[in-house]
Order: sequence, then structure tokens, then C-alpha cells
Amino acid sequence: MTVLASTRQGPKRKHQRLVLVALALVAMIGGVLLAMSALKDQAAYFYTPSEAQAAKVEAGKAIRLGGMVEVGSLKRGPDGVTVNFRLTDGKASVPASFSGITPDLFKENSGAVAEGAFDAQGVFRATNILAKHDERYMPREMEGITYDPKTHKVEAAKP
Amino acid sequence: MIAEAGLAALWLAALLAGAQLLFAWAAVAKGNADALRLIRPVTVAQGVLTGLAMTLLIILFLRSDMSVYLVAANSHSMKPFIYKFAGAWGNHEGSMLLWVAVMSLAGAAVALFERGLDKRTHIATLGAQAAISLGFYAFLLLASNPFARLDPAARDGQGLNPLLQDPGLAFHPPTLYIGYVGLSVAFSFAVGALLTRQVNARFARAVRPWVLAAWILLTFGITAGSYWAYYELGWGGWWFWDPVENASLMPWLAATALLHSASVLATRDALRAWTIMLAVVAFAMSMIGTFLVRSGILTSVHAFAVDPTRGSFILILLGIYIGGALILFALRAHTVNEGARFDPVSREAMLVINNLLLCVILALVLIGTLYPLLTEMMGVRVSVGPPYFNTIIGPIALALMVVLVIGPMLRWRKDDAKLLLRRAAVPGGLALLALIAIVGLSSRAVGLLPTLGLAVAAALALASLAPLWKRNLLRTPLFTYGMVIAHFGCAVSLAGMASESAFSSERLAAAKPGDTYEIAGMTVRLDSVMPFAGPNWTAMQAALTVSKDGRVIGVAHPQARFFSDPPTPTTESVQMTRWNGQLYLVLGEALEDGRWQLRIWWKPFVTFIWLGGGLIALGGVLALIGRVRRERRNSKAQASAAAAMVAA
Amino acid sequence: MNKRLLILWVPLIAYLIFLVVASLGLNRDQQQVVQSRMIGKPVPGIDLPAASSMKPALSTKQMADGKPRLLNVFASWCVPCAAEAPQLAQLAQRGVRIDAVAIRDARPDVDAFLKRHGDPFQRIGLDARSTLQFYLGSSGVPETFVVDGKGIIRYQHIGYIGPQDVEMLMQKLREAET
Repeated sequence: MTVLASTRQGPKRKHQRLVLVALALVAMIGGVLLAMSALKDQAAYFYTPSEAQAAKVEAGKAIRLGGMVEVGSLKRGPDGVTVNFRLTDGKASVPASFSGITPDLFKENSGAVAEGAFDAQGVFRATNILAKHDERYMPREMEGITYDPKTHKVEAAKP
Repeated sequence: MIAEAGLAALWLAALLAGAQLLFAWAAVAKGNADALRLIRPVTVAQGVLTGLAMTLLIILFLRSDMSVYLVAANSHSMKPFIYKFAGAWGNHEGSMLLWVAVMSLAGAAVALFERGLDKRTHIATLGAQAAISLGFYAFLLLASNPFARLDPAARDGQGLNPLLQDPGLAFHPPTLYIGYVGLSVAFSFAVGALLTRQVNARFARAVRPWVLAAWILLTFGITAGSYWAYYELGWGGWWFWDPVENASLMPWLAATALLHSASVLATRDALRAWTIMLAVVAFAMSMIGTFLVRSGILTSVHAFAVDPTRGSFILILLGIYIGGALILFALRAHTVNEGARFDPVSREAMLVINNLLLCVILALVLIGTLYPLLTEMMGVRVSVGPPYFNTIIGPIALALMVVLVIGPMLRWRKDDAKLLLRRAAVPGGLALLALIAIVGLSSRAVGLLPTLGLAVAAALALASLAPLWKRNLLRTPLFTYGMVIAHFGCAVSLAGMASESAFSSERLAAAKPGDTYEIAGMTVRLDSVMPFAGPNWTAMQAALTVSKDGRVIGVAHPQARFFSDPPTPTTESVQMTRWNGQLYLVLGEALEDGRWQLRIWWKPFVTFIWLGGGLIALGGVLALIGRVRRERRNSKAQASAAAAMVAA
Repeated sequence: MNKRLLILWVPLIAYLIFLVVASLGLNRDQQQVVQSRMIGKPVPGIDLPAASSMKPALSTKQMADGKPRLLNVFASWCVPCAAEAPQLAQLAQRGVRIDAVAIRDARPDVDAFLKRHGDPFQRIGLDARSTLQFYLGSSGVPETFVVDGKGIIRYQHIGYIGPQDVEMLMQKLREAET
């Protein structure tokens, strides 16, 4: 093998190495460009309710909306699987609805991030809800829930 | 006393690591013979000491010694034995100690068992290993002492968090950590080889078992982590492109590329500089992963205790090691002679494409993970989720699988394109058949990517067996079987992913006892919802009878659990596994009118995802055993040949 | 030859970009934690009715009485507030004066909360519509402010007071004496 290698010294040898390096560079640059273009159209933009109102997010555009679930706003629809609620950031609040089983940590007065889009009536139709771990005022172990030590009942925050 | 002994062992080990670095420098740069003799015992002693420190920490946890801060903060006397045990590394300090312990033990193993490598490169490798260890010792001893005392001692611990009492969570992080450490060994080898300018096939053969071992653990860890998220979160998904998941995926991608390029270097002595680069990248990715998870710089759905100062420390270590290695690479790589040449139609060329695709995927994941950080600095909050990752990574991963179909069919160095076409005809035909079958037979519209995924999976399953074609199966080496099984595992996993995304069906309902729901030809009936008490939780437990064609298949009991200390509600979903898929049942909240939320998924062949992952890891294990055995036989043969020469 | 040498530095440059981004990101996080616009400003003067039948009402105008104290923002419906009660009790035992504001709460609930988790407070005001909380720039419960003898906010602790925070708060109170 070494014999073979040593007899093949020459311009062609360097050529192959250059081709490989160029290939690697092209692939990486291509990857970065692809990522950038995809991020431009694909990234779900994150808004707070006041940002969403200020930016007048168009209906149907997929975004993530993050805020607190307004106290007293969490209502379950008659079908049992749709929840209506309002998300607020203290400055503005928007109506939202979601069909499905909400995450364990999705409660009133706790942070939540909803994925979805506004409909024509300005209601945010969430397709997915991620309960947010808001470490700013909840220790991570016990976020977004209240608990009655007498009855051992875990429930949503009382208004 | 145990805690003090542990701390003393750590300090002593840190001193030894310093000595190890010094001796390595003296031996390699100055040719000092004493240093050369001393370095191996020092490395082994350091491994023993950190192993001892880790054992002592585990003993402290098992004894629930509440005078130790770490135990009081993370354990509880009432915890089940296994979680006390796992609690030792289920926290920041403990996990860092585990990292250091495994790293020094791996160093000791390199010192004791590595025989094939050039002597100077071997010593330089141990020196590099010591340099990395020193940084982590500093981190442990200065910023996160696991043996710190608590005065007065706590009455009991605070660590009864039910979410953390899960076998998956207890053994998942250490699996990944040990994998990361394996990559640190590969990194040390690369630095050692660059320092002594010995980047060659011997280097690749020495580094390959370590990369393989790390890669097996990472594969296993990622597979297990994915299954954990699938059954524990109760969301029905198996991969969420969460920063924590990406942090484990990125080192795996780099390790996979490194494994294959090291293979080329070992067998064909080509891709020298590239292999070195990948070794650096792989370790960089494991440190970046640790950094992202531990610093809390990115928010994640997986809760982790975070601390920005620790993040800074890891970042500094990252800067020194990876930056240093990259500078060394830039200065030295051009002195590395080019390896053997190969043709554009050859196995090497396909492995190059495999490497490039893996690196592109890696770059895409890295950019997607870091992008929110980047834009937030410019004042725009962005979150990058599955839409980005799935749409751009899916097609590239599929292309990678196509390369995987072709690659092993090609000969090393040079092959004929026409012959390749003939060999690829059978798997290609099978893929076409699968395509027609899906499009023609499926009752519903199936997405393009899942359809292609199933077709490629069919071709790959067949093609992966090709290396065994017309071979004596008893004489085929173990590592060839390893490769075949791992590649077959890719096909199985791909089939599972494609099938899950194409054919899953879902029912969401508010049910009262007696209600029945039809899904995928099965009937699910809610019989009752009753209270149920566990050791430290209470639950509402549903009884669901699943039947098919009037015959009862089974009864499932999904729960909505409430842990009392600390108060935490969790969802315990139930998966009923059938040969052709899983029924995934989740009990949601109670409604005011006495109905219960119920979510039912039918996920055809979803288990293939993890079965495939398991096969990939198994293939790795077989390859590792085969390689180690082959190396030992070779070195024995060389030794006896040398003895014969001397005798003659 | 020169061109090829340049290419070899590309990975390092890409890596340096990552390092810069990551370290800037880390610093940004730390700034967010430290940032509090109310530090150095007086507590907004508001009269609040009593939140509990056992305690006097709270007027924040009376806070400038020459001695430093803690102002705890809590609510009976908040779990971390219950979790920090032992730490507050410990502080009270060591002679710290603690006033409190109950956010969006009801008197029977606060009474029950005090019975259950102990009562380290001197005065408790009921902030039914989060008015004071808003003026304090507090974003949630629990939060604790260190207020000096002149009624000036010296420190804002966001979130739950853990056992590890007690000494830190004592230190901040000592600093507030000067």
C-alpha cells in the first residue's frame, strides 16, 4: 500500500485532496444556506399577546403565542375536549381555543406557549400547547399548579 | 468521614492528572525516560482514585447521609433504593463527578490496554486526556463540589420529585455521559496523533474501538430517551426536536461520521485530516450538548436545574479545548500527508458522501438549535420547531439512506458503475414495488416523505444483507455481521418512522363509562374510572377494554396521577403493543358532567423505531467485539512472528 | 499552498463565531436576572385594606420608619408561597420585620393560609387588583423586596425563597441598615 502511495506522487494527488476539501466546503455552505432559507419561512415566530396585536399577525400564519393563561378565562366547551381561554402578558390579552388533552401544567395563571394560528375572527386556534416552565417565579419542581393540603386535591389557581 | 475521603481522593486525583500532563510533556518533548516509565502508573492511579470518589458518593446517597448538601438537596430517606443509587448522578455535581470518573477510568484503560499505537503518540494521547481531565477537576473542585457538607444536617432530603423517579431518567443521562466521555478519548487520540504527526491507519485502529463504544452508548441513549419521551410525556410523539434531544443527537451524528471515516482510515489509509477534524467535532458536540443543557441558555420542555455560572465554566472549557484543538489542526493538518487515493465510484467515495450528508444534517440541527439564541440578541424572539427540522432534515436523511443502500455494494478503491447498477437493480426494484403498493393500495393520501421513506426502507432492508451474499456465513467476521445488523436496523427504524407518520390514526373524546370508540378495526370501551392509591401518589385510573372482532384483546389502565410531595400531576399513558403497532391510551381531565377526556392513538409499527435503534446498537456491539478480537489476534500474531524472527 | 492553509482555519473561525454567540447569550441571561428598575426607588405609596382578619392593614406610605424590612408579595393560591413559608418564619424568628401583600386574594383564604403555613407577617395588605404589584414592577408571586428605613427598595428577590436564600436576605437587610 505504501509502495503504491509513494509511486503516485504528483499533481493528481493534490488534485484529489483539493476536490475533497472543496466538496466539504460546498456541502457545509450549502447546508448553512439551506438552514437560513428554511428558517426564514419555517420558523414559527414567537409572539406575546401584545406583540401579536401590535404586529397585526395575519390570520392563518403559523406562530407560537406565549403568555399567562388569564385567571377565570379557562372554560371547557360542551364537547368536553375543547378549551377556550385567554392568553395575556399583562398588557394585552387574546382569546384562544384548543381541542385536545392539555398538558399537565396547563392551568390558569400559569405560563403557556400555544402553537397555532389566528382565525378570521381573531381567535387563536392552537394546534399544540406546551406548558411553559416559567422559572422566574415558580421553582421548577412545582410549576403552575396549586394544591390543597387538606384534600390533597390538585387544582387550577383560584381567581 | 466518607465525604472528606471522597474530596481528598478527588484532590489527589487532580494532582495526579497534573503530574500526568507534566510527564507526558517531558516524555514526548524532552524524551525523558523516567517520565515515560511513570506516566502509565500515574494514569491508572488517577482512574482508581476517581472511581473511589464516585463509589463514595454513591455510598453517601445509599446511606441517605443528610449532612452532605448534595444528598439533602437531591435525595430522601424514603426514596426507593434504586433511585437513591441513581440519585448520585441525577444532579449537576454528581453527573460531573461521574463524567470525570468515567474519563479517568477510560484513561487508565488506554494506558493499560492500548498496544497498537506508536509509543510517543500513546503518551501524547494520555497527556491530552490529562489536560481535559484537569479542566473538569477544576470545575468540580472549584465550582461544584459534590462532597460539600451541610451544617446543621437536614432532617430529611428534598428530593422526592416524582417526575425524576423514573428508570428512564435514572439511567439515561449516565448512558449519554459515558458516550460523551468515549468521544473525549477519541479527541485525545486525535490531539496526540496531531502532536506527534502520526495520523495513519494505526491511529485509526486504536481510536476505532473507543468511537464504537461511545457510539453504541449514544445510540442506545438516544433510542431509550426517545422511548422515554414517548411513553412518559403522553403526547404521542417520539421526537420533539427539543434542545435537550438535539444535544444528544448532534454528538451521535458526528460520532457516526467519525466511525465511518475512521473505518476508511483504518482499512484504506485515506481521509486522514478529515478523520482528525471529525474527532474534534464529535467531542466539541458533546461538550456543546452538555453546555446547552446545563447552562439553561435555551429553554426546553425537559426541566433541568440550570445555572449560568456553570454554563460560563463549561463554555470556558469548551473554548480552551476545542479552540486549542482547532488551532493545532490549522497549524498541523497540512503536514499530515495525504492518504491513499480512490476513485469517484468506490466505497470510499460513498463513505465521503455519507460523511458530508451527516455533517450537513449536524450543521442544520446545530443552526436550528442555536438560531433562537442568535435572533433573540437582535431583539426578535423566534422558536424553531419540528416544521423546520422535519422539512429540511427529512429529505437529507432519506438521501443518506439511499447512499447506505449503495455504499456497501461497492468495492474499496475503484469499482465499475455498470456493475453497481446491476447489483442495485434488485433493491431498486423492491423499492419501486413498495412505492406502487403504497400509492395503489393505501386508502388515504400518504405524504411524499413517508412514502419514499417506506420504499427506501424496503430497499435498504434487502441491500443491507448484501455483504453476506454468497459468503460462508460461519467464516464471515463478527464485525461484518455488526455492520449488516446495524444497517438493517436503520431500515427497520426508518420503516417505523415512515409508517408512524403516514398511517397513525387518532381519536379524541369526552367519554362516560360504557362509551365505545372504534379505531383501526378495534373497539375501545371505557368501563370505569376509579380512584387508585400508590406509595406516594393517588390517581384516577380508567379501565379500558380493547376488543377486536368481538374478542377481548386486553384491558388497559391509564392513569391521571397526583403526587403529593411535591404536588405534581402526571399522566400515565398506557401502550398496548400488538405485532403490527401500538395502541396508545391517555386519560385526561375529568369534566364537570362526569365525563372523562380520553385520547386514543393507533400507531402502526411505531415500535420498529426503537427496535431499529436497538438493532443499530447491537450491530455496534458485535462490531466492537469483532474488532477488539481481531486486533488482539493480530498483535499476538505479530508478537509470535517477532519471537520467531528472534529465535531464527 | 497558501490558499489551502487558509481553508484549514475555517473550522476555527466558525467555532469562534459559536463561542461569541454562546457567551453573549449567557451574559444576556444574567442581565435579565439582575435587572430591576425599582431598585433605589421608594416603595409606591398605596393604602391597602387588611388581607386577613388577624392582621392590620398595610399602608406602604408608613414604610419609611427608620428600620429596614422585607415586603413579601404572595398569594394563598400559590404553591411556592407555601413552600417558602418556613424560610420566612426563620427570618421572622431572627428578628426581621416582614410586611406582606396578598395578591388577588380573599380574606378567608388568607386566614386559612396563615393557619396552615404559619404567620411571620406584621401587616398584610390585600391587593385585590394587583395595583401595588403592578407599581412594584413585580411580575408574579412570590417576590420579596428588601426595603430600607427610608422606604427605598434595595433589593428584589424574584421567586421562591429557598433555604439557601435566607443568609443572602439577612445580608441584604444588614446592607440596607446603612
